[in-house]
Amino acid sequence: MSGRIYVHDRAIVYPGDLIAEGDFSVPWSPYIQRAHNKYYSTVIGLVEVKDNYFSVIPLKGSKYMPKVGDLVIGMVTDLDVLGWEIDIRAPYSSYLPASSLLGRPVSPSEDLKRYLNTGDYVLCKIEAYDRSTNPILSIKGKGLGRISHGVVIEISPNKVARVIGKNKSMLNNLMTHTACEITVAQNGRIWANCPSKQMEDLLIIAIETIERESYIKGLTDKISQMLKEKKGEFNAKA
Amino acid sequence: MRKLSITPSTNHIVPLIKKEVILSMLERETRIDGRKPNEYRPISIELGYAKKADGSASVRIGDTAVLAGVKVEDREPFPDVPDQGNLIVSLELPPIAHESFEAGPPDENAIELSRVVDRSIRDPKALDLSKLVIVPNKKVWNVWVDIYVIDYGGNILDTSTVAAIAALYHTKLPRVEIEGDTIKILKETKEARLPMRFPVFSVSVGKIGRHLILDPSTEEEGLVDCKISFSYTPDLNIVGIQKMGNGGFTMAEIDAAEKVARSAVPNLFKEFKTKVLDSLGVEGIDVGKV
Amino acid sequence: MQKPRLISDDGKRTDGRRPDELRQMKMEVGVLKNADGSALVEMGNTKVISAVFGPKEMHPKHLALPDRVAIRARYHMTPFSTDERKSPAPTRREVEISKILRETLESSVILEMFPRAEIDVFTEVIQADAGTRLASLIASSLALADAGIPIKDLIAGVAVGKADGVLVLDLNEQEDMWGEADMPVAMMPSMGQVVLLQLNGTMSSDEFRKGLEMATKGIEVIYNLEKETLKKKFAEYSEE
Repeated sequence: MSGRIYVHDRAIVYPGDLIAEGDFSVPWSPYIQRAHNKYYSTVIGLVEVKDNYFSVIPLKGSKYMPKVGDLVIGMVTDLDVLGWEIDIRAPYSSYLPASSLLGRPVSPSEDLKRYLNTGDYVLCKIEAYDRSTNPILSIKGKGLGRISHGVVIEISPNKVARVIGKNKSMLNNLMTHTACEITVAQNGRIWANCPSKQMEDLLIIAIETIERESYIKGLTDKISQMLKEKKGEFNAKA
Repeated sequence: MRKLSITPSTNHIVPLIKKEVILSMLERETRIDGRKPNEYRPISIELGYAKKADGSASVRIGDTAVLAGVKVEDREPFPDVPDQGNLIVSLELPPIAHESFEAGPPDENAIELSRVVDRSIRDPKALDLSKLVIVPNKKVWNVWVDIYVIDYGGNILDTSTVAAIAALYHTKLPRVEIEGDTIKILKETKEARLPMRFPVFSVSVGKIGRHLILDPSTEEEGLVDCKISFSYTPDLNIVGIQKMGNGGFTMAEIDAAEKVARSAVPNLFKEFKTKVLDSLGVEGIDVGKV
Repeated sequence: MQKPRLISDDGKRTDGRRPDELRQMKMEVGVLKNADGSALVEMGNTKVISAVFGPKEMHPKHLALPDRVAIRARYHMTPFSTDERKSPAPTRREVEISKILRETLESSVILEMFPRAEIDVFTEVIQADAGTRLASLIASSLALADAGIPIKDLIAGVAVGKADGVLVLDLNEQEDMWGEADMPVAMMPSMGQVVLLQLNGTMSSDEFRKGLEMATKGIEVIYNLEKETLKKKFAEYSEE
């Protein structure tokens, strides 16, 4: 396994940019195209380079690619007698069978609107998904269910990992400074329950900053700093 | 559905076993019907097939059959080109030709094909529009070429071009009698041939993997990555190019494709000369050096 | 209208360019708020805007492809884009170009990544001064990158033509109308793949090859400008 890697760690690459040449053992990724022994980026992204390994993290894109087991926050777009059609910001609409919510088969005369209606946000898990069917959701599990209070913030699904941070460092940071209860779903939706409107606004500003500057080193500290300062401002005004 | 171009969902599916056979045969420079990569299927041309047309030709290349009919009309010239007649080329892919062709107005495939054939004839002025004037600024001939694909067996473009050109050569204009201000068109009396200067040929090259093949058949067409068609006048100048399908060619492949396309013109010309030009008594046209 | 002289005695074209000179170009991405990706491209006086929506669920479902994404493409000229008002109804020319754009873009998209879904690519020509299909291709390609859709490479293209017997790069409207040949060429330059090639007019096989060489050089310049356009958006954010 050898070759040359032409970009440095954390470089930004563009579609068609040559990343490396040679024989590398990198797993298939839609963000890297291999033509003979050359590896090209297929997106605007950030390259991670480590020894003989490289990967590309896309910096653009607002669609979520479903994965079985992922925690997602969906929005109900339609319903029929057997369940709800839910938008999870994926290229495919997903389905939540009523039986998952009721814990029993649904009877035809039931009015499912009582449980979930169009426009509701719901926290669920992806139960099943493959290339030939749309995702099926499940609502069985602790904490899963209809979101009835708080706020749902949307970010690019590519930035979810950054909002959580290594060992949840960034997420803990946010929760500590804003005192908000935060649930980050893999499909780029964040549910926050904040003690005050001020803290909610603060959290939104912080998340927007993380999204915009996601590839900057030392972002966790920068956000900490920013939150402390802004909180200070609020307190001074009070 | 003319508002958008949508990826077709009814591409003919070629069985994988067949695909493998085709590919392995190409490695040995043969095709499933026994042809070499640069060989055309047999061509047949029958003039005057549609008796009510002013000119017509029924052409077969392999299993593909195309019928072209020409109708001429005396009309007022278009205001921006008062000193020439007009050529209008249409092409239809009717349901009789293949189960996947739907009835209705021409789809993007029919439109693209008709425009490529049109350009092949118009750009080199194969039909001399300036000689289609009956009375300057008052009356000209409009030449309608309608190309109907009767049977789809692959390579509609090349077959359609031959059919259109043959039908045009076969067309005779009605006799015109001008007495002072009156213009009399005697539709039943056919006199002069359409002022065709030379035939034009289109040669389609398909790419399967790294192989280039001329005149793809139906199955080959279902397998090609993409196609490129070159149109030539007998002096071997290129008068049209259209790359079709997704996929790409390297510059080297384009160079190779053009060379193999050009090499097919002398044969196509020979067929056309024997079956059309000679039988109509048209002389003086020769094919250039390859 | 009389045919004007296309090449002057000192070899300059009607707009003062040398035969191998490109027109002024301007490109910008992320110009529309609603679209998932967008771009504005100007080549001389030609101006087009492209928008990408998707990938998203395919409707109607029966047109969905089981193993890859479908593309819906539309090339359309605004009624005020040309000297004479153009009717907004799609013409046969727009139908042909929509098909060609779709097929060319399909060559670049990693299609297998989104089975059964669709990607919409819409282009409106705001000002037409030759080269609209190529400007549309460039804008659509940039818009796809802007939308984060994986593509094998950006697409860059230019038209080579023949004006008064001279091979010229990046035709303007007069050369397009009165010249002897018009050959649009587009490539995925990193892949060395020609993804669009047409010719209307007449060229000898020698002129054809020289024309392709000329196009390749122009395409390299345009490709670099496309990359620069994308970099500009991120320059403020890169850490150095």
